[in-house]
Amino acid sequence: MKTMQGLFIRCLAATLALGTSMLAFSQAAFAWEPKKPVDFVIMAGKGGGADRMARLMQSVIEKNDFASKPFIPINKPGGSGAEALLHLKNAKGIAADHTVMVTLNSFYTTPMRQKNLGIDPLSFTPVGRMAEDTFLLWVHKDSGITNIEDFVKAAKAEGRDWIMAGTGKGQEDQLLTDFLNGAYGLQMKYVPFKGGGRVAKELAGKHAHSTVNNPSEQLGFYEAGTTMPIASFTPERLPMFQEAPTFKELGKNFVYFMQRSVVGPQAMSDEAEEYYRGVFKKVYDSPEWQKYMTDKSLQGEFITGDELIAYWTDNNGRHETILKAIGEI
Amino acid sequence: MEILDALLQGFIVALEPINLLLVIVGVTVGLFIGAMPGLGSVNGVAILLPTTFLVPPTSAIIFLAAIYYGAMYGGAISSIMLGIPGASTAVATTFDGRPMALRGEADQALTAAAVASFVGGTISVLLFTGFAPPLAEVALAFGSPEEFALMMLAFATFIGLGGDDIPKTLFSIFIGLALSAVGLDIISGEPRLIFFDIQGFFHGINFLVLAIGIYGIGEMLWTIESSRGNVRVSKAMVSVDRILGALRRTKEAVGAIFAGSFLGYFVGILPAAGATPGSMMAYGVAKMISKKPDSFGKGNISGVAAPEAANNAASTGSMLPMLTLGIPGSPTTAILLGGMVIWGLEPGPRLFVDQAEFVWGLIASLYIANLFAVLVNIAFIPAFIWVLKMPFTILAPVIFILCVVGGYAPTQNMHDVWLMFVFGIAAYLLRKLDYPMAPAVLAIVLGPLAEVSLRQSLLIAHGSPMIFFERPIAATIMAISFVLFALPLVKYIRARLSDRAAGL
Repeated sequence: MKTMQGLFIRCLAATLALGTSMLAFSQAAFAWEPKKPVDFVIMAGKGGGADRMARLMQSVIEKNDFASKPFIPINKPGGSGAEALLHLKNAKGIAADHTVMVTLNSFYTTPMRQKNLGIDPLSFTPVGRMAEDTFLLWVHKDSGITNIEDFVKAAKAEGRDWIMAGTGKGQEDQLLTDFLNGAYGLQMKYVPFKGGGRVAKELAGKHAHSTVNNPSEQLGFYEAGTTMPIASFTPERLPMFQEAPTFKELGKNFVYFMQRSVVGPQAMSDEAEEYYRGVFKKVYDSPEWQKYMTDKSLQGEFITGDELIAYWTDNNGRHETILKAIGEI
Repeated sequence: MEILDALLQGFIVALEPINLLLVIVGVTVGLFIGAMPGLGSVNGVAILLPTTFLVPPTSAIIFLAAIYYGAMYGGAISSIMLGIPGASTAVATTFDGRPMALRGEADQALTAAAVASFVGGTISVLLFTGFAPPLAEVALAFGSPEEFALMMLAFATFIGLGGDDIPKTLFSIFIGLALSAVGLDIISGEPRLIFFDIQGFFHGINFLVLAIGIYGIGEMLWTIESSRGNVRVSKAMVSVDRILGALRRTKEAVGAIFAGSFLGYFVGILPAAGATPGSMMAYGVAKMISKKPDSFGKGNISGVAAPEAANNAASTGSMLPMLTLGIPGSPTTAILLGGMVIWGLEPGPRLFVDQAEFVWGLIASLYIANLFAVLVNIAFIPAFIWVLKMPFTILAPVIFILCVVGGYAPTQNMHDVWLMFVFGIAAYLLRKLDYPMAPAVLAIVLGPLAEVSLRQSLLIAHGSPMIFFERPIAATIMAISFVLFALPLVKYIRARLSDRAAGL
């Protein structure tokens, strides 16, 4: 009798164990995971701020095993990001669940300027905003310019021969250039280059008179004493560049950020969306990412879902106003 | 002395067992990655980047640089053996490497390629060691007008490439230029030449698609037709004696190798250019300085050696702007740059001072990588030759598959594969009509670079082309290229005059 009872208990235990493992198995089957390597699209060229940031995210994911499949960075810089946006728009089926993109502000401006692309940025899947990048106005040290008055004087003297290098037509850098032209009555010539790294080099090599680079792009030259910031487009002075006043302090109420967000295609499934949201939240919280944000003067909290959509809607409206004001659209 | 000290320190780092092991593994892996059509150093470095978190940053970059280096050697292998460029940097190697292999001189071509790569690599590392900071200044001095002038020079060296038929060469260049304009305009972002509204044209025409179409598919059709199904297997022999003989024969190409090395290095240090235009220009120059320019394209050993020397030299060169300016000189260094950010190193003018151990360890490892790459490469030559002994009925399908994979891999888009077939058939037909195809490939590589720098220059100058003649560096380069453009014309008139004189 005793043995029978023992056998019964053992059977029960075995059944229970099997049951639990089945349960665990089915739970695992429910949580969505990528089935192939994920295309990590970058809507800018290699070596610029967006590119370096995307590669950092990729490495944080790899290093900490945040994802079961690798993220493969793909640069699609063509047409101020139009190539990347089209790629995302056309991602359907399995591709839609295996494509995410790192965005810049051309996310708003390129679709406005090129209506024929038929892209509505607000229709993309909001995965997460990783940071907001800051802008400063940079000049070469040898120019002798140390403050905005000098800058305006020098730029006025050169008139249309003052070269402002930037990335892409109708993108962030041009908006800032147009703002400066308007606010100070300048006629700076805007010349687009491929990638912020290249733009920084144009200034260091004195092929351009000024740029509006992100800190990460100019940092190397800044530390070497080749270039210096004159003013920043942030609400408050940046800890790293205490010497540069904000435009607010200078009496021009202009604040401008670059969003560094991760978005998915419209057609991405809810499960995949949830999955990527988890992955990038982990990236945001990682010590590597936090250190990068401090080192490169990045700001902003991680936001996602409806909050990110609201942020996009707000910024989309702002960009539309700016573009209309400067006659780009 | 200071430099030698630093270099010595670098060697101590590079010769640590783990680093030495990584160099050897890296060049061997790179060799095979480079030899696979469609898989170039870019893909190799990108794929292996995440594995480098296991080792310290210095070891990591040494490993990746060794792969980059090995891939430069490896690219020549499929260019010579199969006539399919193994990587974009090895396209120019196909021009003469393939005809040599068809003549049964594959071992000689491979040896010449290996030796040239070694010399190019060594010269460039020496230049790197001695003159990194001043050369970084040169890279900085190059703005858009200088870049455009350099592109003109590249075109000028190629005018004579298509043989004597200058109109046909021009036609080929224009086809290439037109194809390079397809896609989204880089400056304004407007779509251009999107035929039939096909989405695939938005990302432009990848020049590897054109090169593989022409040299892979087109060449295969040509072989099948010219042999009428009775393909003669190329005589492929190999022995120590023959390799020694090949080494002696490589001496013929000494001038081309040195020209290629310096040119490649110089083009490599300029941001935005990289090893592919460097190797093409080296080919053009080698032909120009050759005593037998007519034999180029028909299997001249200098035509193999020059681009191979140049692409290795350029790969070292492109690390210079990466380290000192934080700007990648080639797509592969762009990935390496990403790696440096991840390892917590800030590329830029301060790197040589703040991270001396890292920089000099890398430079020293390039010397070692170079040595191992040439040894590994020569050791594998018999194995590569064995491939050529396969009957054509087996080889042809293998080539075909490699072409398709190679066309698909870079963008992973079937559109490119179809396009590649179209180019292959078109190239075959044009070849029957005696149109040279190399200038078209050159044009599609250099076209976008030339276009962007031209438009930036004109924007800066408010539309005045005088900007190219007002800046000293640009003006000098422009002047040289005008001379080179005029040269074939002068030759032509002279020949006509002497003909007339002989007629009288």
